[in-house]
Amino acid sequence: MMVNSLGRELPEKVGSYIVRPYGSEAVETAVTVRTNRTAGTRSNGGSKLLGSIVAALEACGLQSGMTISFHHSFREGDLVVGQVMAAIRELGIHDLRFAPSAVVNLSNFSLAEYVRDGTITRIEASGIRGELGDSLIDGSIRMEEPAILRPHGARPRAIEMGELAIDVAFIAVSASDEYGNSTGQIGTNICGSLGYSFIDARSARKVVAITDTLVDYPCCPASISQQYVDYVVKVDKVGDSGKIGAGAARLTKNPRDLTIAQRVAEIIAASRRFQEGFSFQTGAGAISIACTKFLSEQMERRGVTASFALGGITSGIIDMYDAGQVRVVECSQSFDARAAGAIYSRPGVREIDNADYANAYSKGNFLDHLNFGVLGALEVDTDFNVNLLTGSSGRMMGGLGGGPDVAEGADISIVTLPIVRGRTPSVVRRVFTCCTPGETVACVVTQAGIALNPHHRHYGELREDLERAGIKPVTIQELQQLAEEITGVPEPIRTTDRVVAVVEYRDGSVVDVIRETVF
Amino acid sequence: MSRTSLRRSSLYVGGGSPAKILEARFCAADCIVYDLEDSVSPRDKDAARLLIYRAVRYHRPPGKYVLIRVNGLYAPQLGEDLEAAVRARPDAIRLPKVETAEEVLRIDKRIGEIEAEAGIPQGATELWCNIESALGVANAREIATASPRVTALALGAEDYTASMGARRSKTGWEIFYARMRVLEACRLAGISAQDAVFSDIDDLEGLKADLETARGLGFDGKTVIHPRQIDIVNAAFTPTQKEIRQAKRVLQALEEGIRNHTGVVVLDGSMVDKPMERRARDILARAAAAGLETEGEWS
Repeated sequence: MMVNSLGRELPEKVGSYIVRPYGSEAVETAVTVRTNRTAGTRSNGGSKLLGSIVAALEACGLQSGMTISFHHSFREGDLVVGQVMAAIRELGIHDLRFAPSAVVNLSNFSLAEYVRDGTITRIEASGIRGELGDSLIDGSIRMEEPAILRPHGARPRAIEMGELAIDVAFIAVSASDEYGNSTGQIGTNICGSLGYSFIDARSARKVVAITDTLVDYPCCPASISQQYVDYVVKVDKVGDSGKIGAGAARLTKNPRDLTIAQRVAEIIAASRRFQEGFSFQTGAGAISIACTKFLSEQMERRGVTASFALGGITSGIIDMYDAGQVRVVECSQSFDARAAGAIYSRPGVREIDNADYANAYSKGNFLDHLNFGVLGALEVDTDFNVNLLTGSSGRMMGGLGGGPDVAEGADISIVTLPIVRGRTPSVVRRVFTCCTPGETVACVVTQAGIALNPHHRHYGELREDLERAGIKPVTIQELQQLAEEITGVPEPIRTTDRVVAVVEYRDGSVVDVIRETVF
Repeated sequence: MSRTSLRRSSLYVGGGSPAKILEARFCAADCIVYDLEDSVSPRDKDAARLLIYRAVRYHRPPGKYVLIRVNGLYAPQLGEDLEAAVRARPDAIRLPKVETAEEVLRIDKRIGEIEAEAGIPQGATELWCNIESALGVANAREIATASPRVTALALGAEDYTASMGARRSKTGWEIFYARMRVLEACRLAGISAQDAVFSDIDDLEGLKADLETARGLGFDGKTVIHPRQIDIVNAAFTPTQKEIRQAKRVLQALEEGIRNHTGVVVLDGSMVDKPMERRARDILARAAAAGLETEGEWS
């Protein structure tokens, strides 16, 4: 057993996975990046269109034991994962490593069933929501290898370091031509940015574009280029644009969330970095959407405009672009139909590669230039460590997303959460699963107050700026004690020694592991 | 028991909702009114009474003026409501639809008995009387002075206009007389005057206009029914920087006048008289209570 610099106990090895503890060593950056991409040959005037997903699986030579990938840009509206997995089962292929950019709750498809029947035996993603996550954590489904959970920025790194070699990437696109030029921006069911699939298109041995809208050659706009695509398959429907939102796009009326959002906007406006040409990422979800609105008001009041807004984009950000408040919208994911359509209709709204957004091990990413990042959390502890994965009962509740990436990248990273949820505290002594190292979190905002992290690199600056603005922070210990006073001390979650998932950091080191829970 | 001297906003919090009761402590309202009356359905009254009792007795929000609104003066639940509410030790009990001084005396007596039984100092429990009918408005003066427990009157416009056959409007002309009469009763009795609810929670501009009237007339605070109204209401009843500056200038001019033995003090071409001085001191006292920097002792 080892203990990493965050005080989390880690085994040296889980299955065949060798644990490299967080904070132990610097990552070698002068290495050659790897790709699995094959050269391929094409004839003049040819077509890559195949009649079915089964035909594409056969053409790709998919075999048991291989690694397959998907993206999550359709979120809960995705209809492609289910169709591909059904075809795989039909062919009797098994023991696959399932490595999508994220596992979301899909109503039409039970991932757990595919693990139970052995079609899937390994999982690597940014989070495992839903039935499978719960089943892994309570031990009702057991895999020999741990699930590997990576933040968005760590996935392209793992792929380019050869840790995650993809055999076949299945990319759901809203429109494609027969030669594989494809996009998420036009067609019947658009999802907007395909940012998470760029690395898969570049790196997988075989790439299948799956669409419900075939357009004349050449498809324009084209996000995924023909040079990466092996086959094109047309299905009846790839996804539901109405479900790409991570939350309702309208402004919340929940006073608690409005209070938190208002506080975040006040902190940003108080910072010396809030000046002409600043940059921000607010994200999706009720607090984020309200925060975007309040931030826009602060910008208007102060006559300040932003150089760029980053990450998952909502229509609130598009409104700011239209009003001239944001010069460029760097969109790695579209969180509602209007934001999805905006890339096509607005020159300054750009679809960006997820690696361009968050991969810390490249020659540059947007987070390196981000001033303010607003992040959600399930739990925060008195060391400012953030839990994004497991809920108070020890169940899988969320995904890492870009949380750890944004926290480290942004100058001022702001974690928002209610001080208690239902009957359990969310500001705690020690998070159940550490996902984002506390040292990368500048401040925590709750309805009961703001806590600054004295160990953050910009602590002195932020403290001064808030003081000047008359904003009085409290300590994280005060928030924790208040939460405990309201709810009492919950029974600790009991676990066995069996590790079901490892939580990787941006550099591939391990911040924590998730153990099987005894309910 | 911590008490703020400001009573700018008082938020009704439904007694049937543990989540709302929990969240109320974090809002910026000066006063929290835990409600047993309109927001609680008849079959949930018992549960709400117990919930509110525990919330106020054991989880009292710090730094707030705490009230419990009981059921109506002739409602079957009133006896049990008072029993629980007084023992919970709020700052005040808020009585709906008070129409006569006799009603106040009856409740005052009962509260006194419960205080005695529970070992609470006599008179510790204050009363806020909601004035929400034509008769209540007519008797406002007597109600305001009926008992030393009465520390505020609060106008309830919806029931009042219904009793008058009036139609509610955003301009509020139909409640102008009631506002003035309640306000006057409060001023004569030396107690706090609380304005009526502005019920359209989506119309924040309308709320601001309504507050302009209420503040201009002289009210001290306003009842709110949704947390999003709080900041606007607090701001309306908090002196502006301009008002604070002007108030300081008035008092400085007076001080200089005394120092220089000037008979009449003139500021910006006007004579500084007693009412001006009183208004200036009132503004600075309110500003200080709201935590604003007023520099120096002015009270």
